[in-house]
Amino acid sequence: MSFRLEPRTDASVALKLSVSLGAGLAALLLVAVPVLFAGRNPIEAYGLIIQGAFGSLFALSETLNRATPLILTGLAAAVAFRAKLWNIGAEGQLYIGALAAVLVGSGLLQMPPALLIPTVMIAGFLAGGMMMVLPTILKQRFGADEVVITLLLNFVVILLVQMLIEGPLKDPLAMGWPQSVPLLAEAKFAKLVPRLRMHWGLIVGIGGALILWFMVRKTVLGFEIKAVGENRAAARFAGIPVDATMLKVALISGGLAGLAGVSEVSGVKGYLSADLSPGFGYSGIVVAMLAGLSPVGTVFAAIFVAAVFVGADSMSRATGISNYLADLVVALSLLCVLVGAFFLRFRVRYEPAAAPVAGE
Amino acid sequence: MDVLIEIFGSANFWAAAIRIATPLIFGVLGALICERAGVLNLGIEGIFVAGAMAGWLAVYLGAGLWGGVLVAMLTGAVFGLLHALLTVILGLSQHVSGIGITLLATSLSYFTYRTALPNVTSPPRIVPFSPLNIPGLSDLPFIGPALFQQTPLTFLALAFVALVAIVLYRTPLGLAIRAVGDNPASVEAQGLSVRGLRIGAVVAGSALMALGGAFLTMSAFDAFFFGMVNGRGWICIALVVFASWQPGKALLGALLFGAFDAFQIRLQAEIGQVVPGQVFLMLPYLLSIVALVLVARRADYPRALLQPWFKGQRH
Repeated sequence: MSFRLEPRTDASVALKLSVSLGAGLAALLLVAVPVLFAGRNPIEAYGLIIQGAFGSLFALSETLNRATPLILTGLAAAVAFRAKLWNIGAEGQLYIGALAAVLVGSGLLQMPPALLIPTVMIAGFLAGGMMMVLPTILKQRFGADEVVITLLLNFVVILLVQMLIEGPLKDPLAMGWPQSVPLLAEAKFAKLVPRLRMHWGLIVGIGGALILWFMVRKTVLGFEIKAVGENRAAARFAGIPVDATMLKVALISGGLAGLAGVSEVSGVKGYLSADLSPGFGYSGIVVAMLAGLSPVGTVFAAIFVAAVFVGADSMSRATGISNYLADLVVALSLLCVLVGAFFLRFRVRYEPAAAPVAGE
Repeated sequence: MDVLIEIFGSANFWAAAIRIATPLIFGVLGALICERAGVLNLGIEGIFVAGAMAGWLAVYLGAGLWGGVLVAMLTGAVFGLLHALLTVILGLSQHVSGIGITLLATSLSYFTYRTALPNVTSPPRIVPFSPLNIPGLSDLPFIGPALFQQTPLTFLALAFVALVAIVLYRTPLGLAIRAVGDNPASVEAQGLSVRGLRIGAVVAGSALMALGGAFLTMSAFDAFFFGMVNGRGWICIALVVFASWQPGKALLGALLFGAFDAFQIRLQAEIGQVVPGQVFLMLPYLLSIVALVLVARRADYPRALLQPWFKGQRH
């Protein structure tokens, strides 16, 4: 007896959706083990997580606030992974974007909000984009692996930010705290609802997802990204400008992560500090995988991941279970969705008689 | 100039360089074994954390220092097995699986630490490995304090360099491991199991990685801190490329890195804050990037690295 793997030619949207949902559920089931280990009732813990994430208007606002940078870093990972460009550097790109926002938006340029906010966003986008374009050029020119280089750049950028906010960019009015000078009021994103932290960055994120969806579905670039991602050699043979496409993908991917930094600085904090991101860049990878690299799916996956973090924080305060449980759910979701990806790629057939296993 | 002579002339500096290099030696060797068999293991950063936490916790709970070493290796092996299942058996993306293992191992370690020790404000301490002080050798001038007043785990790391080199280049098993990372079809043609070899290599390599973490909590320090691994795993991934997948060069790379790190700390102490400290902290990462770019063209990387293998598959 044996199992035979048949490659699927195309997985339906319903199948993709159920794999994502199934992965999220499987992760929650697996997390019951450490919750039991901590001596608590998992059902009760999940109830508290959901309540903490969606139980009130305030909770919902916090969840969407947390989802905002995740949508952008998720899109950054999704667009790059589609082209098989492994951008693991969204964390650094986020910080560079935030840094650019502070440089441009804290007094260097003074103009009305309608002009200053787009300028700050473009600066953040370009700064983040260049942080991905550079490794991509190194990959093309020298064959240097972009995974390791983008990873290492995360550390370089965070150290650079630390250096600047303890040095030339340090806010003299911050009572000695290492944080940057604040953004001008005109450079800050407006709140969506008064007295709630939700801000315009959410609209930017959702808008980005829609633009990316349109680009992937309807434009030549979208087609080229798909072709490059599926088979680089074949794409080159077919006359697709592979290198140029990769550079465009790099700019968009890094740029979106840079926008996540702008959004956090302009929408939430108002200044740059070294703890701006609790790993939004890395969680973005999970978000993109949960979404099956779909731009619109990224919005929902980001809300799911954000809800886990916000809900787990509130659950942790109520029960004393460590809030590292949230990271655990996110990590397990990624691994479950990976296993799910296997079932998207292959149809597993049971065969009573021994037969050669074939798979491509 | 006097400052440089003073730094490089002190046995203390060389002792620190070797000490800082030790976890990296374990990590690079572990990553090297995985990659030689064709599997990139980006779980390394998390496996470091898991090894550091599990080894420390075992000692704290009374398992003894060598018991802790064993627990750390087993923990690493379990995460390695998970990575191998996802990448070797299911053929999933090695990049994404590795990141997932890092996230899982890190969060599980932190969660376990918090759950096992609720309400601690200052991290509890254990009695770590003490320097061996080999009679005769450790009394030698200069060489003694630099080389022979290290803890047993440092000597274990050096022994592993030799062991890995011998196994890879002098045994049939090593030949098979190298072949499975270069040309799996040839291994299958010989009737050997591609999957078995790869799983074994990833499990063994991950166990070694965990030892790198265990060195931190059981030799270098006496407690577990959040964020204590701080990118050491990623540095190992860069060092493997720098080392062109060879154990001897891996040792050299780790020692260079250790020397640089020890040097920058002393230089700052000597000349004061002329340059912001972050510049020195950045340099290892920047140098790693430069090294990666320089060696990328000539690096004879395992040709089947990142490529999943299915039995009977034709290329």
